[in-house]
Amino acid sequence: MATPVATAYVPPRSFAASGGARYRLIKVWREARRIPLLPSAVIVMFVIFAVFAPLVSPYDPTQIALVQKLKPPFFIEGGGIAHLLGTDNLGRDVLARLIWGSRVSLSVTAAVVVISSIVGLLIGLAAGYVGGRADDFLMRVADGSIAFPAVLIALLFAVSLGPGVTTVIIALSVLSWANYARIVRGEVLRMRQLEFIVGARVIGCSPLRVMVAHLFPNLVDVWVVMITLQVGLIVLSEAALGFLGAGVPPPTPSWGSLVSDGRNFVDTAWWISFFPGLAIGLLVLSVNYLGDWLRDRMDPQLRHR
Amino acid sequence: MGRFLLNRVIQSIVTILVISMVVFLMARATGDPVTLLASDKATAQDIAVLKQQLGLDQPVPVQYWVFLTNAVRGNLGKSLADKGDVAQLIGERLPNSAVIGLPALLLSTVIGMAMGVVAAVKRDTWVDKSMRVIAVLGQSMPAFWVSIMAIFFFSVVLRVLPTSGMGTPDHYILPIAVLTFFALPMRMRLMRSSLLEIMGTEYVKQARAKGLSESAVVWRHAVRNALSPQLTSFGLTLAFAVTGAVLVETVFSWPGLGLLAYQAMLARDYPLIQGTVLLVAVLTIGANLLVDMLYAVVDPRIRY
Repeated sequence: MATPVATAYVPPRSFAASGGARYRLIKVWREARRIPLLPSAVIVMFVIFAVFAPLVSPYDPTQIALVQKLKPPFFIEGGGIAHLLGTDNLGRDVLARLIWGSRVSLSVTAAVVVISSIVGLLIGLAAGYVGGRADDFLMRVADGSIAFPAVLIALLFAVSLGPGVTTVIIALSVLSWANYARIVRGEVLRMRQLEFIVGARVIGCSPLRVMVAHLFPNLVDVWVVMITLQVGLIVLSEAALGFLGAGVPPPTPSWGSLVSDGRNFVDTAWWISFFPGLAIGLLVLSVNYLGDWLRDRMDPQLRHR
Repeated sequence: MGRFLLNRVIQSIVTILVISMVVFLMARATGDPVTLLASDKATAQDIAVLKQQLGLDQPVPVQYWVFLTNAVRGNLGKSLADKGDVAQLIGERLPNSAVIGLPALLLSTVIGMAMGVVAAVKRDTWVDKSMRVIAVLGQSMPAFWVSIMAIFFFSVVLRVLPTSGMGTPDHYILPIAVLTFFALPMRMRLMRSSLLEIMGTEYVKQARAKGLSESAVVWRHAVRNALSPQLTSFGLTLAFAVTGAVLVETVFSWPGLGLLAYQAMLARDYPLIQGTVLLVAVLTIGANLLVDMLYAVVDPRIRY
């Protein structure tokens, strides 16, 4: 994509010149107070669900109780506070399954984001700084993986490696690293020309030192913004794979597979599919909102990417 | 121009080769096909004969070459599940995907761009804000869930549209609508941002200064120049649409390529999914190449 190259002078920032830890802390606090509250609250809620699932969940998510099957949520006649969001066709509590599902979905997302952001950062740094053939090759590979339909490749992985958590993590990481690598590389190419990098090289810094001590501190902003913007996409992709049955095998609930469980009951029990899907949408909406906010605050130049 | 095009064509071929290698190597990871095909009573000699018949006694590069030359000739092997010819199965399903995919691409492009223009012109009014809400929703809601909820609302509650399958014209409405909804945000956001950028340029000021009506300024001067980023992002939209198609076709039991890929996954039918992936790779990369060629037509400033 043709993106406008920022021409404005960016003041260099390196760890040595950051003006003391205390000043930094105050700055972080001032920024943190402006974070949009509602989206953050939604994210925190789901993270609490995921981390403390055994404590928060009202029931065992896999416990079958046919007597209780297809109970509607509390606000519909026939429902009760015993099962706030109703029960599924096997009498399992929808809320409990949703809470436990967040555990699988969020941990897979976290793993994918950690792996792909680090791999993408390293490849982008190396490709941009070293340049030449290696750069050409790596960027071809990146272009190829970006242009390719994500879910289809993930299905291919699921067939050859067998469905499961590891497969999903591998497949989504393979598809996601290139987004980081491309942006990081672009930033490195731009900064390479700036005085502070040229200067660092002139006084004899090794390439590794230039990358770690001088380039990286100036990439953090872009990198963090990219991470927040990718999280939503990964949550959606993980859910899509779970829905298609290429994710965690049953009876372990994940958000995508929960929506799929209710597919055949839309005419009688819409709530089985509705709430897990709503959870996915809410989380992605919040993460994307926060990502857009962060991008605008950190670098208005990035707004159109 | 010739040199650039040649380079682009070579690049595209290399990318397709890389994908074919990944697909080929992934096939090795599925496990030894001989153990799948041979019966329990097969002796060591039977297995050796079977290996020879399948060409599995050859070195891996030779096997890859055989696989590649066969694929180029349109021989993608046999489906494991129903023993049908993979190329033929794909050929039957491809038109079904196209009849919902192409209208959705067209609709999302036209509606998305129009929404982007309106949002940019009415910047920061309620019109702009509500359009941005639509875009954000389209980017955040899971496609499969929206499809299921659409079935619930239109087929179960209102009883106006069929739930799934393919047949009457009514069957086309929901799949096309959902696909359009998901391809729309990218078009709209991009149009809005590039138009906003253009509206601040000197030549737009100049067009206004010489007394052109606002609609002439927007449609004849600004929008035309906002078209080339749209073209660039088309490749990305296409990849996105294929992903959407897999999910939407699965929910609506629409007999297209996406549903075929899903069924192949369920049956762990490697030749079938491998054929689908290869075909989609060729299609998306070909489309990207075409877009690059069209670039020079749309934007006369670009001369290769």
